[in-house]
Amino acid sequence: MNEARIVARSLSVGYGKETVVAGIDFTLEAGETLALVGVNGSGKSTLLKTMAGLIPAVSGRLEVLGGAPRSQPARVAYLGQFHPTGMTLPLRASDVVRMGRFSSLGLFGKFAGEDEKAVEEAMADMDVVRFADQPLNRLSGGQRQRVFIAQALARRADLLLLDEPASSLDAQAVETYRDLVRAAARRGAVAVIATHDIDEAASCDRAMLLAHRVVAYGPSAAVLNPTALLETFGIVGRYREGGLVAVGREHDHCHDDGE
Amino acid sequence: MSFFLSPFLDNGFMANALAAGLLVSVACGIVGTLVVLRGLAFIGDALGHGVLPGVAIALLLGLPGMVGAAAGAVLMILGITVITRKSSLSSDTAIGLLFVAMLALGVAIVSRSSSFSGDLVRILFGEILGISSSEILVQFAATALIAVLAAVCYRPFLLLCFGPEQADASGFSSRLYHAIMLGMIALTVVVSFKTVGTLLVFGMLLAPAASASLFARRVGAMMGIASGIGAFSVYAGLLASYWLDIAAGASITLVASLIFFALFGAKRLILARRESLRPEGPGVDPHGQGEAHHE
Repeated sequence: MNEARIVARSLSVGYGKETVVAGIDFTLEAGETLALVGVNGSGKSTLLKTMAGLIPAVSGRLEVLGGAPRSQPARVAYLGQFHPTGMTLPLRASDVVRMGRFSSLGLFGKFAGEDEKAVEEAMADMDVVRFADQPLNRLSGGQRQRVFIAQALARRADLLLLDEPASSLDAQAVETYRDLVRAAARRGAVAVIATHDIDEAASCDRAMLLAHRVVAYGPSAAVLNPTALLETFGIVGRYREGGLVAVGREHDHCHDDGE
Repeated sequence: MSFFLSPFLDNGFMANALAAGLLVSVACGIVGTLVVLRGLAFIGDALGHGVLPGVAIALLLGLPGMVGAAAGAVLMILGITVITRKSSLSSDTAIGLLFVAMLALGVAIVSRSSSFSGDLVRILFGEILGISSSEILVQFAATALIAVLAAVCYRPFLLLCFGPEQADASGFSSRLYHAIMLGMIALTVVVSFKTVGTLLVFGMLLAPAASASLFARRVGAMMGIASGIGAFSVYAGLLASYWLDIAAGASITLVASLIFFALFGAKRLILARRESLRPEGPGVDPHGQGEAHHE
């Protein structure tokens, strides 16, 4: 369980020659989860996309699953934040989840029993079986998001890259999804999750606070401290000694961690 | 019976028109589905018009119109790609600019030649009743190629429709498969313009696929239904053209469009009735966006 799955050294990420975040250094081992925390535009999605190999790194070294990013697409599940046309497809929810298996099947691979099983399990896990035959464009935002997460889980990937996966989920679905990420981590998968939710970040092993630079990186419990959060989000609402925290976030509502 | 069959049995040109039209229907059903799902309607439209100067120049030089159409389509796709990548313009602005420029160029070329004015109408609206057997063969080869490409690229195309990032993250280059998709649209436009014309091919590309999207929930089924609706439109359009003495290309496209509006209305009625009987369907969000997003 101590194999390095992601290694970043002096990594700069951005678009073209424009750097969004520089000086990123971290190592993630099998079974670890990392939260990328920051406001919109802080560089979370940029770093995730770089790890997924969707955009090249500006400079530095990045090794994903022992190779270059995107060298093993079948072992990586990426769930982006926006699905511009995915929202309106007249396709059934089950077909959308089945797309999760395409990376391992390639152009011609036969959809076998193992693939069916992965799809069925992911749909059951995310509780989307009852609208499996519904077209995606008839589902609500939260239902669609559950379908998209099921698609990512159906890959049974060694690396999960999720961009604000819980943003439109209700409380129960959030719990379910976090349990599933933890279960994947127990199997040895690595998960990197972009979020601006402190609860979500606290549920990960490690956290990296981003605000166009790396504000802090380390074990979540140590990193999610009021000073670092103030630097990351700009404002901290209330502060409770010993525990964390109430942070005024982009949506302007305060939020307790409930512990 | 003779009303429905005799026009095609008694007239070779009508039989050829039907054969060419059915092949166009299959090509347009497959490619149109991709166009609708991927939101490329404007590119399809632009390609239809963009081939005009190519066709005009080819005819001036005494070359087959299809060669000119292919050159025009390639130029159009390259132009759209370059402008979109190298400037901050959105792709619809790039497409719009090129599309108007190419159309104007085509009309300018045609207007220079006095012997050409009749050709303009034929280019724009097709001459399905003047299709030769060799042209049907070319159409057949193109349709077969399109069907094979759609089958081979089915998975990456589906992922592309879902989102280019998802295709890339799954190991399928979104650039490559987007280019293949554009090539398929161009091929369809190029080999169909003789049949339904550069203006009307867009209708055959869009109307049957849009109709199918109202009911189909799988891409393969959507392509099949779209091809079927297209085939029926060709048959009914040709029949109407024969008995009512109206332009064939226009009557085919008109039938295809009317089918869309009829099915659209029917679906609205069915949904309204279903909702009045059962206020909340299982797993269906009453506030869902419905199919209103589709063109």
